Amino acid sequence: MVNGADTVFVLFSAALVMLMTPGLALFYGGMVRRKNILSVLMQCFAALCLLSVWWMLFGYSLAFGPSAGFWGGLQWLGLNGVGSQPFADYSSTIPHTAFMIFQAMFAIITPALIAGAFAERIKFSAFLVFTILWSTFVYAPLCHWVWGSGGWLKAMGVLDFAGGIVVHTSAGIAALLTAIFIGKRKELEHTPAPHNLPFVVLGTGLLWFGWFGFNAGSALAANGIAVNAFVTTNASAAAAGISWAILEWVRNGKPTVFGIVTGSIAGLATITPCAGYVSPMSALVIGFCASVVCFIGVAILKPKFNYDDSLDAFGVHGIGGILGTLAVGLFASKAVNPAGADGLFYGNIKQLFIQGFGILVATAYTVVVTTLVYKFVDIFLGMRVKETEELMGLDITQHRERAYTVLE
Amino acid sequence: MKLIIAIIQPHRLEQVKKELYKEEVNLITVSEVLGHGRQKGITEVYRGAKETGNLLRKIRLEIAVNDSFLNRTIQAIVRGAKTGSTGDGKIFVMDLQECIRIRTEEKGPVAIG
Repeated sequence: MVNGADTVFVLFSAALVMLMTPGLALFYGGMVRRKNILSVLMQCFAALCLLSVWWMLFGYSLAFGPSAGFWGGLQWLGLNGVGSQPFADYSSTIPHTAFMIFQAMFAIITPALIAGAFAERIKFSAFLVFTILWSTFVYAPLCHWVWGSGGWLKAMGVLDFAGGIVVHTSAGIAALLTAIFIGKRKELEHTPAPHNLPFVVLGTGLLWFGWFGFNAGSALAANGIAVNAFVTTNASAAAAGISWAILEWVRNGKPTVFGIVTGSIAGLATITPCAGYVSPMSALVIGFCASVVCFIGVAILKPKFNYDDSLDAFGVHGIGGILGTLAVGLFASKAVNPAGADGLFYGNIKQLFIQGFGILVATAYTVVVTTLVYKFVDIFLGMRVKETEELMGLDITQHRERAYTVLE
Repeated sequence: MKLIIAIIQPHRLEQVKKELYKEEVNLITVSEVLGHGRQKGITEVYRGAKETGNLLRKIRLEIAVNDSFLNRTIQAIVRGAKTGSTGDGKIFVMDLQECIRIRTEEKGPVAIG
């Protein structure tokens, strides 16, 4: 039975999540040097267009078609049979198409997140092919296992409210690998400063705003669990912004704008798998911890291991997603969500192991298949631009456009 | 004392800086400028339509040197900036009448280095 309120809520949430991809584009775009901002905006926008079509033709069926197999079943190719009647396995109160379009936005932003790792040196054509192959061979199966009807990790009891495993762990791990494979940017004596921090702040604002749709919308109904997810999302983002700024203040002498917004994003990524399972007070603790752990990843591990994850796609999203997925195993409570489970702090140690297993499977699978996809595209197209093109900037060499004029 | 003004391709700046450091020329002023030489212009695409603008982005270096440093500074700029294609830029050298270091008010060659 379709419920009007639920349908409005999910459609509105889908629109919010859609806005996250342009938000992410600005968040990333402000961080790169000004000769590369358009290339980043273009990658995010192209992902929005390309994957919307891919999702309707193949993606949705591969990810969500009922099946106990590797992929979802093929019965929903081209949205065949996906109509205004609810599909009860996912939600019995909204039209099936509403669920489909809500999930489309998740499939779009996930590969866009990876773009932060190879920013400023990827060839655009290779990015497009990589994105389609990665979505088909990594995102769709993982999404099916964790969220799809008949998915085996779902059946085991792995909990991922809004995408800690499916979105952030998978994109984060893929980001780390691609950053290593593509190599460091040329001619960098030190990490370049963001060319436009106000864009980074604007992008963060849009992401935070959109994240309410991402997490609260994942309840798929206008109910108490959605409200809880909304509140925990805000709590974690806020707490993580504060703790990142404090860490910087203590360690580097000054709190920075870049730091407080990076912290907020880490808090948002971390709360994602927990949002509908934990209490608002737990979310504060999770948020505070998120920045501490991600700060270690970005400020200490990255320089130590010397890989060039340009915009910290792994350091913030990957580490945040893994941490949040484990946090479900600690902080989840059936008092918050009867459909969830109790975590370690509520007397159930088993859930922590189940969450850990989910991460291991997702990480191992992502490592293997991302490597194959990357190498495949690299052999046929070459992932990296020529050195001169890189030095001139991707805006002019990949798109023949410039973001900023000097004189009119 | 000489003043060197060089106009180079923006993407060669890092390489030119490296070459200058090798020659222990550490005092440079850099600005972004527009100009064109004989090649006159590039083509940009504006929503699918081609448009030609004829001022290109260049980097302008200003370096004041004592006479003994002149040749190696010029050589360093050439090594760093040369790609062999049109648009590599120009180097201008002119006499420098006076140089004053503001902090100490020293004048002449001693103020340059």
